Amino acid sequence: MSKYRMHLLVCGGTGCVSSDSMLIVENLKKQIKANKLSDEVQVVATGCFGFCEKGPIVKVHPDNVLYVEVKPDDVTEIINEHVIKGRKVERLLYVEPTFEQRISEHKDMPFYKKQLRIALRNCGAIDPENIEEYIAADGYQAIGKILSEMTPAQVVDTMKLSGLRGRGGGGFPTGMKWDFASRNAADQKYVICNADEGDPGAFMDRSILEGDPHSVLEAMAIAGYAIGASKGYIYIRAEYPLAVKRLKIAIGQANEYGLLGKDIFGSGFDFSIELRYGAGAFVCGEETSLIQSIEGNRGEPTNKPPFPAEKGLWNKPTIVNNVETLANIPVIFLKGAEWFSSIGSAKSKGTKVFALAGKVNNVGLVEVPMGMTLREIIFDIGGGIKDGKKFKSVQTGGPSGGCITAANLDTPIDYDNLIAIGSMMGSGGMIVMDEDDCMVNIAKFYLEFTMDESCGKCTACRIGNKRLYEMLTRITEGKATPDCLDELKELSMIIKDTALCGLGQTSPNPVLSTLTHFYDEYKAHVFEKRCPAGVCQALSVYTIIEDKCIGCTACARVCPPKCISGSVKKPHVINQDKCIKCGACLKACAFDAVDKK
Amino acid sequence: MTKMKSLDELKAIREKLKNNMSVRNEDEGVIKVIIGMATCGIAAGARETFNAMSEKAIELGMDNIKFVTAGCMGSCFAEPTVEVQVPGQESILYGYVDAAKGVEIVEKHLKNGALVENLIIGQPFEKA
Repeated sequence: MSKYRMHLLVCGGTGCVSSDSMLIVENLKKQIKANKLSDEVQVVATGCFGFCEKGPIVKVHPDNVLYVEVKPDDVTEIINEHVIKGRKVERLLYVEPTFEQRISEHKDMPFYKKQLRIALRNCGAIDPENIEEYIAADGYQAIGKILSEMTPAQVVDTMKLSGLRGRGGGGFPTGMKWDFASRNAADQKYVICNADEGDPGAFMDRSILEGDPHSVLEAMAIAGYAIGASKGYIYIRAEYPLAVKRLKIAIGQANEYGLLGKDIFGSGFDFSIELRYGAGAFVCGEETSLIQSIEGNRGEPTNKPPFPAEKGLWNKPTIVNNVETLANIPVIFLKGAEWFSSIGSAKSKGTKVFALAGKVNNVGLVEVPMGMTLREIIFDIGGGIKDGKKFKSVQTGGPSGGCITAANLDTPIDYDNLIAIGSMMGSGGMIVMDEDDCMVNIAKFYLEFTMDESCGKCTACRIGNKRLYEMLTRITEGKATPDCLDELKELSMIIKDTALCGLGQTSPNPVLSTLTHFYDEYKAHVFEKRCPAGVCQALSVYTIIEDKCIGCTACARVCPPKCISGSVKKPHVINQDKCIKCGACLKACAFDAVDKK
Repeated sequence: MTKMKSLDELKAIREKLKNNMSVRNEDEGVIKVIIGMATCGIAAGARETFNAMSEKAIELGMDNIKFVTAGCMGSCFAEPTVEVQVPGQESILYGYVDAAKGVEIVEKHLKNGALVENLIIGQPFEKA
């Protein structure tokens, strides 16, 4: 067997694919063939490297050189210089912004330095469409070891000992969930993988399924053995076509190799996995709704108890685990529960993947040990705030979470600390906001989302969130009455206390946390009819600065309601009564004479 | 692919593949074997040396070795040349390494830590 002397890894995650990374793969393969290097150089499309800000990424091994923002046209230079002559293509290396140095190895980049990859261990390292690469990376060793050496009860105990908690939002101890389901006797039990990732901005589950689908399949089989289930379903949203495609390939290969199906490793244990597609409803990420949806019913939540571990899918004991949770599991069995529980904080073990987004320099997917501070994540890994602006807040936990202020930047991040400071882990979305963001508007954005996504089953969520949204709209339009802030808070508490499922119970969180931390901003909107960040259009006031206006008439010509008057070469004036706050004059003025407040 | 029926079968597949994957190994502790594969090296048979050495490593089940191909290392008189970097030790440069001698280096130096004295042509050059 001839060995490839060089491996070119190209990111094949959705982000990089949309920037033509598949064309890069195609060009590389073509030119490698043309140079008669097909026996020496291997091209592999991998999963997400996480550094999405600088994609598409191409990594060259064994030199361990990472190229960023590669275009299909750069391929010729990479082949001619690096592959043939062994010289790095300097201009494609990452430039460290502070010292403007070019860095070739990922481990020297601030973005990767503080990361610890467990769930994402194979993303960007192996070909997700080739089961043999997963096997070479110790894949299916855990299930093999378990089936030959461990009893189901020992598997559950190991999970409990590891301290792994659900990564989908709630943070429920995974071992405990498995324990409940294993104790409930039934002729059939089920393992469900919740891949209905719905938080705006979160994409870790998609990246894991795209980059390392076999780790999820292996973990589901482990779960099946632990609780006594022979059947698994992956509930995945149809909007993730690449993840669906790779999962189908992975399931097909695992069946072919006998790693799924009947009598796995000759142990007598059967486990099969099927896909079920979601139509993208946010509420179907809630486990009882998800189960309803798999059964073919409307995706609406049901009361708990009974919990799924007791009566789940088709009234049989069922466990529902999130993608990232599952991706951690095979490693726990290979390296041991003690190893896993040595990472992280006192009550939150292991790592957490965060989708870093918003006004931060390095947008991407980062995995860090629990207990790291927000400051380290946003400023060290994330590279700080875009355009040198001032940090204002970070929103975690998606529509169910809350906003965290600068005062809590040094709080170690884990499940319990986030709840203590008024937010939550959620699925790990992290949206950074700067001084130009209006917090009332942010709360309104999330409410609009939950209002749209409410399934309508319970009144508190269906009508309550609609009313909350209307109140916030009135505030941002300057039409709110003085007592509206108290009403806002009261209604939020009522929804929290009375909604049926997790969606409704947490939907007022963005409102409550911004009310707590940014009360002054609300007051400015309500009492002064002013938006401090200048975001709320209806509250902005446009005026023309007399000294700067040269009377060119540009603004008057573009003004839709024709409310700007003045004669040529004389300063113009805006009639505030007629102004519709569209901002057209501001854009039209070439002399900075229009002021917006 | 016939369905595998035991953990040993899985392990066999892993061992076979792991060697190829070692090119992607990013651990600090791996033994680095650098093979000069510029035009001169390839003409002198470095490709065969490279294949023979990596096959031997697979056979011995050694997955802590990373084979790196380099350009011309300067000792053109002694091609094919192979440099061995064991972490924490001084690098050793071997010359005139054909396929058989490559296998000898894997067995003696890489596996058992004994230098193949008669093939050593010196210490590699100092790097800036």
